[in-house]
Amino acid sequence: MKQVLEVKQIEKYYGNKSNLTKAIDNISFDVSEGEFVGIMGASGSGKTTFLNCVSTIDRVTAGHILVNGEDITKLKGNRLNKFRREELGFIFQDFNLLDTLTAYENIALALTIQKVNSQEIDKRVKEIASKFDITETMNKYPYQVSGGQKQRIAAARAIITNPKLILADEPTGALDSKAARQLLESMERLNKEMNATILMVTHDAFTASYADRILFMKDGAIFNELVKGNDTRKEFFAKIIDVVTLLGGELNDVI
Amino acid sequence: MMLFKLSVKNISKSMKDYTIYFLTLIMGVAIFYMFNSLDSQEAMLEVSSSTKEIVKMMVDMIGMVSVLVAIILGFLIVYANNFLIKRRKKEFGLYMTLGMGKWQVSRILLGETLIIGLMSLVVGLLVGVFGSQLMSVLVAKMFQADMSVYQFVFSKAACLKTCIYFGVMYLAVMAFNVFTVSKYKLIDLLTAVKKGEKVKMKNPVVCVIVFLIAVGMLVWAYYKVTAGYATISNRNELFVTIFAGIISTFLIFWSISGFVLKLVQTRKNVYLNGTNLFVLRQIHNKINTTVVSMTIICLLLFMTISILSASLSLNNMLKKDMEEMTPVDINLYKEANLSEKEFSDAAIQDSKLPISVTLEQNGLDMDVLKDVVEVTTYATEELTWKESLGVVYEEAKQQVPFIEYQSTEDIIKLSDYNKIARLYGIKEYELNEDEYIVLCDYDNMVQLRNLALQYATTITVAGKEYHTKYDECQPGYIMMSNSHTNAGIVVVPDSCNLTEDMQTMHFLIGNYNTDKDRDEKEVEALFNDYFTNEKSLLYQNLEERGILLHNMTKIDLIESGNGMGNLLTFIAMYLGVIFLIASSAILALKELTENSDNQQRYLVLRKIGVDEKMINQTLFRQIGIFFLAPLVLAIIHSVFGIQFALKMMAMRVEISEMLPSVIATAAFLVAVYGGYFLATYVGSKNIMKEG
Repeated sequence: MKQVLEVKQIEKYYGNKSNLTKAIDNISFDVSEGEFVGIMGASGSGKTTFLNCVSTIDRVTAGHILVNGEDITKLKGNRLNKFRREELGFIFQDFNLLDTLTAYENIALALTIQKVNSQEIDKRVKEIASKFDITETMNKYPYQVSGGQKQRIAAARAIITNPKLILADEPTGALDSKAARQLLESMERLNKEMNATILMVTHDAFTASYADRILFMKDGAIFNELVKGNDTRKEFFAKIIDVVTLLGGELNDVI
Repeated sequence: MMLFKLSVKNISKSMKDYTIYFLTLIMGVAIFYMFNSLDSQEAMLEVSSSTKEIVKMMVDMIGMVSVLVAIILGFLIVYANNFLIKRRKKEFGLYMTLGMGKWQVSRILLGETLIIGLMSLVVGLLVGVFGSQLMSVLVAKMFQADMSVYQFVFSKAACLKTCIYFGVMYLAVMAFNVFTVSKYKLIDLLTAVKKGEKVKMKNPVVCVIVFLIAVGMLVWAYYKVTAGYATISNRNELFVTIFAGIISTFLIFWSISGFVLKLVQTRKNVYLNGTNLFVLRQIHNKINTTVVSMTIICLLLFMTISILSASLSLNNMLKKDMEEMTPVDINLYKEANLSEKEFSDAAIQDSKLPISVTLEQNGLDMDVLKDVVEVTTYATEELTWKESLGVVYEEAKQQVPFIEYQSTEDIIKLSDYNKIARLYGIKEYELNEDEYIVLCDYDNMVQLRNLALQYATTITVAGKEYHTKYDECQPGYIMMSNSHTNAGIVVVPDSCNLTEDMQTMHFLIGNYNTDKDRDEKEVEALFNDYFTNEKSLLYQNLEERGILLHNMTKIDLIESGNGMGNLLTFIAMYLGVIFLIASSAILALKELTENSDNQQRYLVLRKIGVDEKMINQTLFRQIGIFFLAPLVLAIIHSVFGIQFALKMMAMRVEISEMLPSVIATAAFLVAVYGGYFLATYVGSKNIMKEG
């Protein structure tokens, strides 16, 4: 199967010679097209740094990251912005919706900055809204809708550009359990029906159980890997909890 | 002491936010000092007495205008300070969680205000003192004064006045700050940033309706002050019109963003293009929360533009009229047919004689004059304003109620008038035996009189009927003046039976007899001496006999005309500059203090992949529209406002004549307003980069 993301021996150091912190220590793995990959780890395990490197917000110290065969560690300036705009979709913990724009406009903005034809924008926004079950919120402002709806609006904005890779950073972090479940189900549908490739960072075992495969990070390195395979979500969840227990007290804020 | 240290640290830390505020304060102080120190500059100028009087008048007027200026600057300072401290709620919350009381927080703010106040006062005064040296040169040039003895001027009085006025303003700010802090609750302070301002959005349909109503109101107000000028009959009606203008300005800002948004939303290819929808929403959001400031800024800008361009063109007009209206060196005049009760026998005797005889009899050598023309005007109870207006009298009375319609018209014989006209080099006239002409060049009166003349009103003088030769007023005048102020003179044929007892005024018009030994100025000095020096024979004789002889000279007219023009320009510049920096500063500060909200939004834009160039463009457009909106409306206002102002002052100004003043105003506006805009854009751009 086609590899969407190839991570090759990346390292990321902070600080100077006398006080060096290895945030990422030699990580390598691949994500295939249509895969839903979760990354779990405690605070300080390096998972956010890793996501920042993949999303080109931060730069790696060594190694290469290939998205769709293109080495993004070599991109600069406007090409980097273009790459981010066209190949990646983001879902953030704190939604990052623009408070002055309606839901419709928030989603449409992702397309308008790509200079997509206006009729097509309208069509696509309406389509995606019904997929995420947020059609009735389209003319509302972020402050008028619930947290769950906000995150689904953000997810719709991330997917509408048909990105190669969707990056989600603690997407359920600010949601209650019901809203979290709704969002995750939407993401699952996205993954199954539209064959979207998703890379999700979380420290919540329940959230992680929606993924096909989970990488566990500890002290900047990959510590373990779990594949869902033919397990039900419940069985997979139990397996995740086992690994978390193995990881010890450091991941004590699970569930 | 620790608190004071905090104050100092805070200021140096938030210098970025404060720079524009600080610079504006310095400018305010400097300009205030410069204009108020004019009286000490006058001392070093060697000018004629009439100019001196004008300069004195100007100093008095500046004193009065300064009160208004102080109020505006005070408003600016309190207002700007208000949203500067609003932004620091979180910081105050932190102080309070650390155990500081409200009074201590207030003291930190007091310390800051004190430092900023003192610094701006000292720096502003320094700038002002040096600026006033430049100003002296300007004053000297404007009043054509001799600047041979240059000296460095420092006005203690102006310095003290500046300190007191600004001291009071800063005290007001301090009181305001203490009051604001005392109202704060800790929980609100700590959550202030997270909560942010709730985005209040208006119903777009309501916006469209309100916008259309506001535009309608504005069009009505515009019509009233220009084309419908004649229908404004009293002060109340004028106030209603101005009030309508202010209300509609407010309503337009209240509704315009919603209106435009609605409009653009229907054009999807514009709306869904690039960051257009973001910019629109930003403006919509911001204008919504700043309707009042936008209205004030727009009105201040409107006043700046109107005051500056109207006064500049008025000045130009005055100068141009002056050239036209002062073709000879001197006019002398006295009343004829003085009544017996009030005057001496000698004066009554004299009032029957022409002026040249008076002069000769009382000891003036007529050699000093040449090209002498003498004429007499007449009046009769048969011909009052009421009569000459004829059928339009009732209408005129309604339109212009303040005219004394029972007063008699001035009448002059045709040959007399033609003598004057020939000397003045203006149009001479011809008349049939039963015709008359009305000469008038004062705009408001011309309109009124033309109404009557269009009805071919017939008048009766000395028992004979006359018909009007023209169906409108003709240009012409008897006495020189520094603008078109002839309200009406009736010219009749020589055959008209005007008797001696109808005489009202004697005039003598002539030039100075100059030769290579003496020029106009010297003859003028000689004349002034004759008329005002107690030792002169003429003065003594006239005084003794109780004869009142008036004179008007070209040099005097031009000097006072110039003086008035300069006075006008100075006051206009003073007000204009203050209005302009006040409005620009409010806009700039408002925009800059909102950057912390915007920072968040631009960060999101960056995260979803908007590139740097597009971000800068978006920011530029956002700030640009924010600055342009009040300016555009102010310019539209001024197009009508200036017309109204000129009409009120009865000035006929062609568009082409106004052009230089308008260009000068525009250049000034672009420099100051544009400067503030650029500073705001660059400042915001840097803040966005930090995020």
